[in-house]
Amino acid sequence: MTLALTVNSTSHTIEIADENTPLLWVIRDMLELKGTKFGCGKAACGACTVHVDGEAVRSCSYAVKFAEGKQITTIEGLGDEKNPHPVQQAWIEEVVPQCGYCQPGFMMATAALLEKVSSPTDDDIDKNIINVCRCATYYRMRKAIHRAAALMSSLPLPESQNT
Amino acid sequence: MNVKIALIFSLLLFAGLIVGFTDSVATSEYTAVVYNQSDSPLPNRNFDKMMDVLTHQRCMNCHPNDNIPKQGDESHPHNFGVAGGENDHGFQAIKCTTCHQPENNAYSGVPGAPHWGLAPASMAWEGLSRAEIAESMLNMKTNGGKDHKALVKHMTEDELVLWAWQPGVDASGKLREVPPVSEAEFKTAVKQWFANGAVIPSE
Ligand code: FES
Ligand code: FES
Repeated sequence: MTLALTVNSTSHTIEIADENTPLLWVIRDMLELKGTKFGCGKAACGACTVHVDGEAVRSCSYAVKFAEGKQITTIEGLGDEKNPHPVQQAWIEEVVPQCGYCQPGFMMATAALLEKVSSPTDDDIDKNIINVCRCATYYRMRKAIHRAAALMSSLPLPESQNT
Repeated sequence: MNVKIALIFSLLLFAGLIVGFTDSVATSEYTAVVYNQSDSPLPNRNFDKMMDVLTHQRCMNCHPNDNIPKQGDESHPHNFGVAGGENDHGFQAIKCTTCHQPENNAYSGVPGAPHWGLAPASMAWEGLSRAEIAESMLNMKTNGGKDHKALVKHMTEDELVLWAWQPGVDASGKLREVPPVSEAEFKTAVKQWFANGAVIPSE
Protein backbone atom coordinates (compact mmCIF):
# COMPACT_ATOMS: atom_id res chain seq x y z
CA MET A 1 0.00 0.00 0.00
CA THR A 2 1.01 3.62 -0.47
CA LEU A 3 1.30 5.85 2.57
CA ALA A 4 2.01 9.57 2.84
CA LEU A 5 3.70 10.84 5.97
CA THR A 6 5.76 13.84 6.96
CA VAL A 7 8.99 13.22 8.81
CA ASN A 8 11.00 16.17 10.11
CA SER A 9 8.99 18.51 7.88
CA THR A 10 9.77 16.48 4.75
CA SER A 11 6.93 14.74 2.94
CA HIS A 12 7.44 11.10 2.06
CA THR A 13 5.37 8.68 0.06
CA ILE A 14 6.24 5.09 0.83
CA GLU A 15 5.20 1.76 -0.65
CA ILE A 16 4.85 -0.88 2.03
CA ALA A 17 3.49 -4.41 1.91
CA ASP A 18 2.46 -4.64 5.56
CA GLU A 19 0.61 -1.60 6.86
CA ASN A 20 1.23 -2.85 10.39
CA THR A 21 5.00 -2.53 10.02
CA PRO A 22 6.25 -0.59 13.05
CA LEU A 23 6.92 3.06 12.24
CA LEU A 24 10.40 2.54 13.71
CA TRP A 25 11.45 0.31 10.81
CA VAL A 26 10.13 2.74 8.24
CA ILE A 27 12.09 5.54 9.89
CA ARG A 28 15.30 3.55 10.21
CA ASP A 29 15.29 1.22 7.21
CA MET A 30 13.31 3.07 4.56
CA LEU A 31 14.08 6.69 5.43
CA GLU A 32 17.58 5.87 6.70
CA LEU A 33 17.22 7.98 9.84
CA LYS A 34 19.28 5.94 12.29
CA GLY A 35 19.01 8.20 15.34
CA THR A 36 15.85 6.48 16.55
CA LYS A 37 16.88 3.25 18.26
CA PHE A 38 15.47 -0.22 18.66
CA GLY A 39 15.77 -1.43 22.24
CA CYS A 40 13.06 -3.85 23.27
CA GLY A 41 10.45 -3.78 20.52
CA LYS A 42 7.82 -4.08 23.26
CA ALA A 43 7.05 -0.43 24.05
CA ALA A 44 8.94 -0.89 27.29
CA CYS A 45 12.28 0.92 27.05
CA GLY A 46 11.48 4.08 25.11
CA ALA A 47 14.60 3.99 22.91
CA CYS A 48 12.37 4.32 19.86
CA THR A 49 10.45 7.40 21.07
CA VAL A 50 9.47 9.88 18.36
CA HIS A 51 6.83 12.60 18.22
CA VAL A 52 3.63 12.08 16.28
CA ASP A 53 1.75 15.35 15.97
CA GLY A 54 3.69 16.59 18.97
CA GLU A 55 2.98 13.62 21.25
CA ALA A 56 5.63 11.16 22.39
CA VAL A 57 5.00 7.77 20.81
CA ARG A 58 6.92 4.51 21.00
CA SER A 59 7.50 3.83 17.34
CA CYS A 60 8.30 0.12 17.79
CA SER A 61 4.68 -0.38 18.74
CA TYR A 62 3.07 2.04 16.32
CA ALA A 63 1.77 0.62 13.06
CA VAL A 64 2.89 2.82 10.19
CA LYS A 65 -0.68 3.00 8.89
CA PHE A 66 -1.51 5.24 11.86
CA ALA A 67 1.19 7.70 10.75
CA GLU A 68 -0.62 8.48 7.49
CA GLY A 69 -1.00 12.23 7.18
CA LYS A 70 0.69 12.87 10.53
CA GLN A 71 3.71 15.02 11.40
CA ILE A 72 6.54 12.83 12.68
CA THR A 73 9.59 14.26 14.42
CA THR A 74 12.68 12.18 15.13
CA ILE A 75 15.83 13.12 17.03
CA GLU A 76 17.32 14.38 13.73
CA GLY A 77 14.42 16.77 13.37
CA LEU A 78 14.62 18.05 16.92
CA GLY A 79 17.81 19.95 16.20
CA ASP A 80 21.31 19.43 14.87
CA GLU A 81 24.88 20.25 15.80
CA LYS A 82 24.63 23.78 14.46
CA ASN A 83 21.23 24.47 15.91
CA PRO A 84 20.60 22.12 18.84
CA HIS A 85 17.25 21.99 20.54
CA PRO A 86 17.49 23.25 24.16
CA VAL A 87 17.10 19.64 25.29
CA GLN A 88 20.05 18.56 23.14
CA GLN A 89 22.02 21.57 24.35
CA ALA A 90 21.32 20.73 27.98
CA TRP A 91 22.31 17.11 27.33
CA ILE A 92 25.65 18.29 25.98
CA GLU A 93 26.22 20.70 28.84
CA GLU A 94 25.43 18.10 31.49
CA VAL A 95 27.47 15.42 29.64
CA VAL A 96 24.57 13.01 30.05
CA PRO A 97 25.28 10.04 27.78
CA GLN A 98 27.40 7.06 28.66
CA CYS A 99 27.04 4.51 25.86
CA GLY A 100 24.42 6.82 24.33
CA TYR A 101 22.08 4.19 22.97
CA CYS A 102 19.03 5.20 24.96
CA GLN A 103 19.61 8.94 24.78
CA PRO A 104 17.67 9.92 21.62
CA GLY A 105 14.56 8.36 23.14
CA PHE A 106 15.07 10.20 26.41
CA MET A 107 15.62 13.52 24.63
CA MET A 108 12.45 13.03 22.59
CA ALA A 109 10.48 12.15 25.71
CA THR A 110 11.91 15.20 27.48
CA ALA A 111 11.14 17.55 24.58
CA ALA A 112 7.54 16.30 24.62
CA LEU A 113 7.33 16.86 28.37
CA LEU A 114 8.68 20.40 28.18
CA GLU A 115 6.06 21.28 25.57
CA LYS A 116 3.39 20.40 28.14
CA VAL A 117 5.10 21.31 31.39
CA SER A 118 7.55 24.15 30.94
CA SER A 119 9.11 23.83 34.37
CA PRO A 120 8.70 20.24 35.53
CA THR A 121 9.23 19.25 39.14
CA ASP A 122 11.14 16.10 40.06
CA ASP A 123 7.76 14.44 40.52
CA ASP A 124 6.69 15.47 37.00
CA ILE A 125 9.94 13.98 35.70
CA ASP A 126 9.46 10.74 37.64
CA LYS A 127 5.97 10.33 36.28
CA ASN A 128 6.59 11.30 32.67
CA ILE A 129 10.11 10.18 31.83
CA ILE A 130 9.95 6.44 32.26
CA ASN A 131 12.37 5.30 29.57
CA VAL A 132 15.10 2.84 30.48
CA CYS A 133 18.85 3.54 30.49
CA ARG A 134 21.03 0.47 30.93
CA CYS A 135 23.96 2.71 31.90
CA ALA A 136 21.87 4.36 34.61
CA THR A 137 22.49 7.95 33.56
CA TYR A 138 19.28 8.98 35.29
CA TYR A 139 20.95 11.36 37.71
CA ARG A 140 22.55 13.42 34.95
CA MET A 141 19.38 13.29 32.90
CA ARG A 142 17.38 14.81 35.70
CA LYS A 143 19.81 17.70 35.86
CA ALA A 144 19.70 18.08 32.09
CA ILE A 145 15.92 18.14 32.08
CA HIS A 146 15.89 20.99 34.60
CA ARG A 147 18.61 22.75 32.59
CA ALA A 148 16.64 22.33 29.37
CA ALA A 149 13.56 23.77 31.06
CA ALA A 150 15.61 26.75 32.11
CA LEU A 151 17.09 27.16 28.61
CA MET A 152 13.61 27.10 27.14
CA SER A 153 12.27 29.71 29.47
CA SER A 154 13.57 32.87 31.03
CA LEU A 155 14.33 31.02 34.25
CA PRO A 156 17.90 31.35 35.48
CA LEU A 157 20.07 28.36 34.69
CA PRO A 158 20.38 25.91 37.55
CA GLU A 159 23.80 25.57 39.08
CA SER A 160 25.46 22.69 37.19
CA GLN A 161 26.87 20.09 39.51
CA ASN A 162 29.35 19.08 36.83
CA THR A 163 31.21 22.33 37.08
CA MET B 1 -15.28 -78.64 54.64
CA ASN B 2 -15.50 -77.57 50.95
CA VAL B 3 -18.90 -79.24 50.66
CA LYS B 4 -20.18 -77.15 53.62
CA ILE B 5 -18.95 -73.86 52.07
CA ALA B 6 -20.48 -74.73 48.72
CA LEU B 7 -23.80 -75.48 50.46
CA ILE B 8 -23.79 -72.09 52.29
CA PHE B 9 -23.07 -70.21 49.02
CA SER B 10 -25.84 -72.08 47.23
CA LEU B 11 -28.33 -71.13 49.96
CA LEU B 12 -27.31 -67.44 49.84
CA LEU B 13 -27.60 -67.38 46.05
CA PHE B 14 -31.03 -68.99 46.20
CA ALA B 15 -32.20 -66.44 48.83
CA GLY B 16 -30.90 -63.57 46.69
CA LEU B 17 -32.77 -64.81 43.65
CA ILE B 18 -36.03 -65.04 45.64
CA VAL B 19 -35.61 -61.44 46.93
CA GLY B 20 -34.67 -60.24 43.43
CA PHE B 21 -37.79 -61.67 41.84
CA THR B 22 -40.25 -60.58 44.56
CA ASP B 23 -38.88 -57.02 45.22
CA SER B 24 -38.19 -55.61 41.72
CA VAL B 25 -36.58 -52.12 41.28
CA ALA B 26 -39.08 -49.22 41.16
CA THR B 27 -39.37 -47.38 37.82
CA SER B 28 -37.90 -43.84 37.93
CA GLU B 29 -40.32 -40.98 37.41
CA TYR B 30 -37.52 -38.58 36.48
CA THR B 31 -38.02 -36.48 33.37
CA ALA B 32 -35.34 -34.16 32.05
CA VAL B 33 -35.98 -30.45 32.62
CA VAL B 34 -35.83 -28.46 29.39
CA TYR B 35 -33.90 -25.26 30.12
CA ASN B 36 -35.54 -22.18 28.74
CA GLN B 37 -33.79 -18.87 29.44
CA SER B 38 -36.99 -16.81 29.31
CA ASP B 39 -38.47 -18.63 32.32
CA SER B 40 -35.20 -19.69 33.83
CA PRO B 41 -35.44 -21.66 37.04
CA LEU B 42 -32.24 -19.84 37.92
CA PRO B 43 -33.15 -16.16 38.04
CA ASN B 44 -29.57 -15.17 38.83
CA ARG B 45 -28.11 -16.86 35.80
CA ASN B 46 -27.90 -13.66 33.71
CA PHE B 47 -26.38 -11.77 36.61
CA ASP B 48 -23.83 -14.52 37.19
CA LYS B 49 -22.78 -14.64 33.55
CA MET B 50 -22.44 -10.88 33.41
CA MET B 51 -20.37 -10.85 36.58
CA ASP B 52 -18.17 -13.73 35.43
CA VAL B 53 -17.06 -11.31 32.70
CA LEU B 54 -16.89 -8.07 34.69
CA THR B 55 -14.75 -9.68 37.38
CA HIS B 56 -12.37 -11.24 34.86
CA GLN B 57 -8.96 -9.61 34.73
CA ARG B 58 -9.49 -8.44 31.12
CA CYS B 59 -12.09 -6.04 32.56
CA MET B 60 -10.94 -5.67 36.15
CA ASN B 61 -7.35 -4.70 35.27
CA CYS B 62 -8.61 -1.30 34.10
CA HIS B 63 -11.11 -0.75 36.93
CA PRO B 64 -8.55 -0.38 39.75
CA ASN B 65 -9.14 1.27 43.11
CA ASP B 66 -5.70 2.92 43.19
CA ASN B 67 -5.42 4.68 39.79
CA ILE B 68 -2.82 2.10 38.77
CA PRO B 69 -3.66 -0.08 35.78
CA LYS B 70 -2.96 -3.76 36.25
CA GLN B 71 -1.42 -6.09 33.70
CA GLY B 72 -1.50 -9.76 32.90
CA ASP B 73 -3.59 -12.63 34.12
CA GLU B 74 -2.19 -12.21 37.62
CA SER B 75 -2.99 -8.46 37.56
CA HIS B 76 0.38 -7.04 38.53
CA PRO B 77 0.74 -3.22 38.68
CA HIS B 78 1.52 -1.71 35.27
CA ASN B 79 5.24 -1.66 34.55
CA PHE B 80 7.30 1.52 34.99
CA GLY B 81 5.01 3.19 37.50
CA VAL B 82 2.38 4.01 34.89
CA ALA B 83 -0.83 5.41 36.36
CA GLY B 84 -4.09 6.84 35.12
CA GLY B 85 -3.25 10.35 36.32
CA GLU B 86 -5.88 13.02 36.66
CA ASN B 87 -7.86 12.19 33.54
CA ASP B 88 -7.42 8.38 33.62
CA HIS B 89 -5.37 8.52 30.42
CA GLY B 90 -1.89 9.02 31.83
CA PHE B 91 0.30 12.00 32.63
CA GLN B 92 1.10 15.10 30.61
CA ALA B 93 3.67 13.54 28.28
CA ILE B 94 3.38 9.82 28.95
CA LYS B 95 -0.14 8.93 28.09
CA CYS B 96 -1.84 5.62 27.46
CA THR B 97 -1.56 6.48 23.77
CA THR B 98 2.23 6.72 23.98
CA CYS B 99 2.16 2.93 23.77
CA HIS B 100 -1.47 1.85 23.29
CA GLN B 101 -2.99 2.48 19.87
CA PRO B 102 -6.57 1.96 18.65
CA GLU B 103 -5.90 -1.74 18.03
CA ASN B 104 -3.68 -4.53 19.35
CA ASN B 105 -0.11 -4.57 18.09
CA ALA B 106 0.89 -8.10 17.17
CA TYR B 107 4.58 -7.21 16.85
CA SER B 108 5.09 -5.70 20.30
CA GLY B 109 2.26 -7.49 22.11
CA VAL B 110 0.93 -4.15 23.34
CA PRO B 111 -2.86 -4.30 23.59
CA GLY B 112 -4.94 -1.54 22.07
CA ALA B 113 -8.49 -0.40 21.45
CA PRO B 114 -10.21 2.94 20.89
CA HIS B 115 -10.09 5.31 23.90
CA TRP B 116 -7.76 2.98 25.80
CA GLY B 117 -7.57 4.17 29.40
CA LEU B 118 -8.64 3.54 32.95
CA ALA B 119 -12.20 3.55 34.14
CA PRO B 120 -12.79 6.61 36.34
CA ALA B 121 -12.21 6.25 40.08
CA SER B 122 -15.97 6.29 40.65
CA MET B 123 -16.07 3.03 38.70
CA ALA B 124 -13.32 1.34 40.68
CA TRP B 125 -14.33 -2.32 41.01
CA GLU B 126 -11.14 -3.76 42.44
CA GLY B 127 -11.92 -5.21 45.86
CA LEU B 128 -15.72 -4.98 45.52
CA SER B 129 -18.16 -7.88 45.70
CA ARG B 130 -20.28 -8.74 42.67
CA ALA B 131 -23.32 -7.02 44.17
CA GLU B 132 -21.27 -3.91 44.98
CA ILE B 133 -19.95 -3.80 41.43
CA ALA B 134 -23.50 -3.97 40.11
CA GLU B 135 -24.64 -1.22 42.49
CA SER B 136 -21.79 1.00 41.37
CA MET B 137 -22.54 0.24 37.74
CA LEU B 138 -26.24 1.13 38.10
CA ASN B 139 -25.65 4.30 40.11
CA MET B 140 -25.92 7.24 37.71
CA LYS B 141 -23.85 9.33 40.12
CA THR B 142 -20.89 6.98 39.71
CA ASN B 143 -21.40 5.55 36.24
CA GLY B 144 -21.07 8.77 34.26
CA GLY B 145 -24.80 9.48 34.14
CA LYS B 146 -25.78 6.36 32.22
CA ASP B 147 -29.34 5.07 32.45
CA HIS B 148 -30.15 1.41 31.80
CA LYS B 149 -30.42 1.92 28.06
CA ALA B 150 -27.06 3.67 27.90
CA LEU B 151 -25.49 0.99 30.08
CA VAL B 152 -26.70 -1.80 27.81
CA LYS B 153 -25.34 0.06 24.80
CA HIS B 154 -22.01 0.66 26.53
CA MET B 155 -21.65 -2.92 27.68
CA THR B 156 -22.68 -4.54 24.43
CA GLU B 157 -21.28 -2.13 21.83
CA ASP B 158 -18.32 -0.20 23.21
CA GLU B 159 -15.15 -1.28 21.40
CA LEU B 160 -13.00 -1.08 24.52
CA VAL B 161 -15.44 -3.30 26.44
CA LEU B 162 -15.60 -5.79 23.58
CA TRP B 163 -11.79 -5.83 23.36
CA ALA B 164 -12.01 -8.35 26.22
CA TRP B 165 -12.79 -11.03 23.61
CA GLN B 166 -10.11 -9.86 21.18
CA PRO B 167 -7.24 -9.22 23.59
CA GLY B 168 -4.47 -10.24 21.20
CA VAL B 169 -1.08 -11.58 22.18
CA ASP B 170 1.12 -10.51 25.06
CA ALA B 171 4.78 -9.47 24.92
CA SER B 172 5.85 -13.10 24.57
CA GLY B 173 3.43 -13.73 21.72
CA LYS B 174 1.04 -15.76 23.87
CA LEU B 175 -2.69 -15.23 23.38
CA ARG B 176 -4.23 -13.43 26.35
CA GLU B 177 -6.95 -15.24 28.25
CA VAL B 178 -10.49 -14.23 27.38
CA PRO B 179 -13.42 -14.07 29.86
CA PRO B 180 -15.07 -17.40 30.72
CA VAL B 181 -18.35 -16.44 29.00
CA SER B 182 -18.52 -15.90 25.24
CA GLU B 183 -19.13 -12.44 23.83
CA ALA B 184 -22.54 -13.49 22.45
CA GLU B 185 -23.63 -15.05 25.75
CA PHE B 186 -22.47 -11.98 27.66
CA LYS B 187 -24.44 -9.64 25.42
CA THR B 188 -27.58 -11.77 25.80
CA ALA B 189 -27.14 -11.99 29.56
CA VAL B 190 -26.67 -8.22 29.89
CA LYS B 191 -29.74 -7.47 27.77
CA GLN B 192 -31.90 -9.99 29.64
CA TRP B 193 -30.70 -8.89 33.07
CA PHE B 194 -31.61 -5.28 32.33
CA ALA B 195 -34.87 -6.29 30.62
CA ASN B 196 -35.81 -8.22 33.78
CA GLY B 197 -35.33 -5.15 35.94
CA ALA B 198 -31.59 -5.29 36.71
CA VAL B 199 -32.20 -7.10 39.97
CA ILE B 200 -29.09 -7.54 42.08
CA PRO B 201 -29.28 -10.85 43.94
CA SER B 202 -28.67 -10.67 47.68
CA GLU B 203 -25.30 -12.05 48.68
S1 FES C 1 12.24 -0.26 21.32
FE1 FES C 1 10.36 0.75 21.47
S2 FES C 1 10.07 0.95 23.58
FE2 FES C 1 11.85 -0.27 23.46
S1 FES D 1 23.52 5.70 28.12
FE1 FES D 1 23.79 3.61 27.80
S2 FES D 1 21.74 2.84 27.83
FE2 FES D 1 21.52 4.86 28.45
